[in-house]
Amino acid sequence: MVRLYAVVAAGSFRRYATYRAATAAGVFTNTVFGFILAHTYTALWDERPGLGGYDLSQAVTYVWVCQALLMTCATMGGGFEDELVERIRTGDIAIDLHRPADPQLWWLARDLGRAAFHLLGRGAAPLLLGALAFDLALPASPLPWLAFAASVALGATVSFALRYLAALSAFWLMDGAGVLHFSWLAGMFFSGMLLPLTVFPGALGELARLLPWSSLLQIPVDVLLGKRTGWALVHAYAFQLGWAAVLLGAGRLLQSAATRRVVVQGG
Amino acid sequence: MAEEAIRTADPVRTGGLIELDGLERVFDVRRRTGPLRREKTRVRAVDGISFTVSRGEMVGYIGPNGAGKSTTVKMLTGILTPSGGRLRVAGIDPSRERTRLARRIGVVFGQRTTLWWDLPLIDSYRLMHRMYRIPDARYRQNLERCVELLDLGALLDVPVRQLSLGQRMRGDIAAALLHDPEVLYLDEPTIGLDVVSKAKVREFLRDLNAERATTVLLTTHDLTDIEHLCNRVMVIDHGRLVYDGTLTGLHAIAPGERILVVDLEHRLPPIEVAGARPVRVEGPRQWLAFPASASAAPIVAAIADGYPLVDLSVREPDIESVIARMYSERPAGPVRPRGSS
Ligand SMILES: Nc1ncnc2c1ncn2[C@@H]1O[C@H](COP(=O)(O)OP(=O)(O)OP(=O)(O)O)[C@@H](O)[C@H]1O
Ligand SMILES: [Mg+2]
Repeated sequence: MVRLYAVVAAGSFRRYATYRAATAAGVFTNTVFGFILAHTYTALWDERPGLGGYDLSQAVTYVWVCQALLMTCATMGGGFEDELVERIRTGDIAIDLHRPADPQLWWLARDLGRAAFHLLGRGAAPLLLGALAFDLALPASPLPWLAFAASVALGATVSFALRYLAALSAFWLMDGAGVLHFSWLAGMFFSGMLLPLTVFPGALGELARLLPWSSLLQIPVDVLLGKRTGWALVHAYAFQLGWAAVLLGAGRLLQSAATRRVVVQGG
Repeated sequence: MAEEAIRTADPVRTGGLIELDGLERVFDVRRRTGPLRREKTRVRAVDGISFTVSRGEMVGYIGPNGAGKSTTVKMLTGILTPSGGRLRVAGIDPSRERTRLARRIGVVFGQRTTLWWDLPLIDSYRLMHRMYRIPDARYRQNLERCVELLDLGALLDVPVRQLSLGQRMRGDIAAALLHDPEVLYLDEPTIGLDVVSKAKVREFLRDLNAERATTVLLTTHDLTDIEHLCNRVMVIDHGRLVYDGTLTGLHAIAPGERILVVDLEHRLPPIEVAGARPVRVEGPRQWLAFPASASAAPIVAAIADGYPLVDLSVREPDIESVIARMYSERPAGPVRPRGSS
């Protein structure tokens, strides 16, 4: 069982590793955006020091870590979801059902394999370049990095669960891609990619911090910045795990409804 | 002697490996007929089919487009639930125990692929190894055999998306067999393949059936596939079984005509030879029809004798024309249902 999904994840990792030109182009884009955002943040934090509870160095670090995690957590898409929607649209999904493997675990393994590649291939270089050009508040000891890695893994799982739900809607809607676009838009806004969610005022900020998307970027970055330690760290993990469990559970329900639809109604 | 005894005893004991009894599948199709109006129609894709396939048989399952072949195969794998009737494969109700059945059957849908598109072929096989929990030694042995017989050696490290249609199909067939399935369903495995690839696939399937006694159910539009592979052929049309017997028997009921396509050096009036009638002339190319049961040799010899022949080929009667003839000869009811022999 575990071995099958390990092979699936490893295959997915290799698959993305073969697209070297795409990786290089992506690193370039992330780096350019990192510079633009870092300068924007610098201007903003010069005006409003301590905005959102971050000092300038932390704010700029926030930018670069977000750029490094953008593809890993597939905040704005780029994961398995396009392929799944396409298989649903063409009916290929029916033959997937024939395999003695659980579809949700199958796609989860694929997406985590991809995330692992994107963390190394798309994440490391921009962060390194950012650290060379700016004074970043990165931890020097290994422990915060480990805590960060765990939070990123949970964030990637929550992200998968959200996109799995969105992609499965293609079974009922003619335009599955539309739902995906909506989900990517929500991801862009509510993950904290544009601005840290702590900057949002009042009820909107409150809401944004409670939604699952905050697991994707906001929480992992805060863990790395040392803003969540001790019980606050446990709380952060519990929050991510809770959303992962709820969303994966919802995914299973939707999956069995979709399977019934294919098997009983014939697609 | 002993082997024959087992063969004949088996279906009696188990009642056959694949058993269908009055199998039905109805689709509700909703069609938009106006801005707000929707019309619901029912399609009886499979309309009461019964047959039994014994272990080790190799059966052709043929019929025109939309006859219900793929729908039957989907029900046999469990990815589609029947609307009525009874269905057992190796004693298992496919739609109830899809996963348990999956470990005992292999499927190839010629129009689709189960291989991992972006990765080298070998990666898909490693996946099968884990997915079907194939013992290591068995996996290596089966892979080696498939690689040799299907000529996959040079293709293992090639990403599937770079394979030609015929190469991909051979790759898919191997993927369906690594876990030693007792039954193999092939839904148009030779579609779009060239003559050489078709021959390779057929030879492989014949060996598989002969050596491992794998039961094979094959749908195809190519009667030559059936001729080379299957002792038994079932014809379905509009979801009903209209013939179940040997291919020779089918030709006897619905004598098709084969077509001789003749290329001459230059344009000539229609060729006149005994045993064939001209059906079409187009410049230097002519078409002649002759009974499918007759030999082409004397006709070819006569043409070569009397005409400036450049090239010629023989076209087998297609399933559509065989079925059309079947109806014109015997308008109603199933034709000569097959006994238990
Ligand atoms: N999911 C579905 N929903 C509605 N109708 C369907 C569905 N699947 C098949 N049908 C209909 O059922 C009938 C039988 O289709 P099927 O695919 O089994 O034919 P086939 O014999 O495989 O034909 P072909 O030779 O073209 O592959 C057709 O009329 C088809 O339109
Ligand atoms: Mg078909």
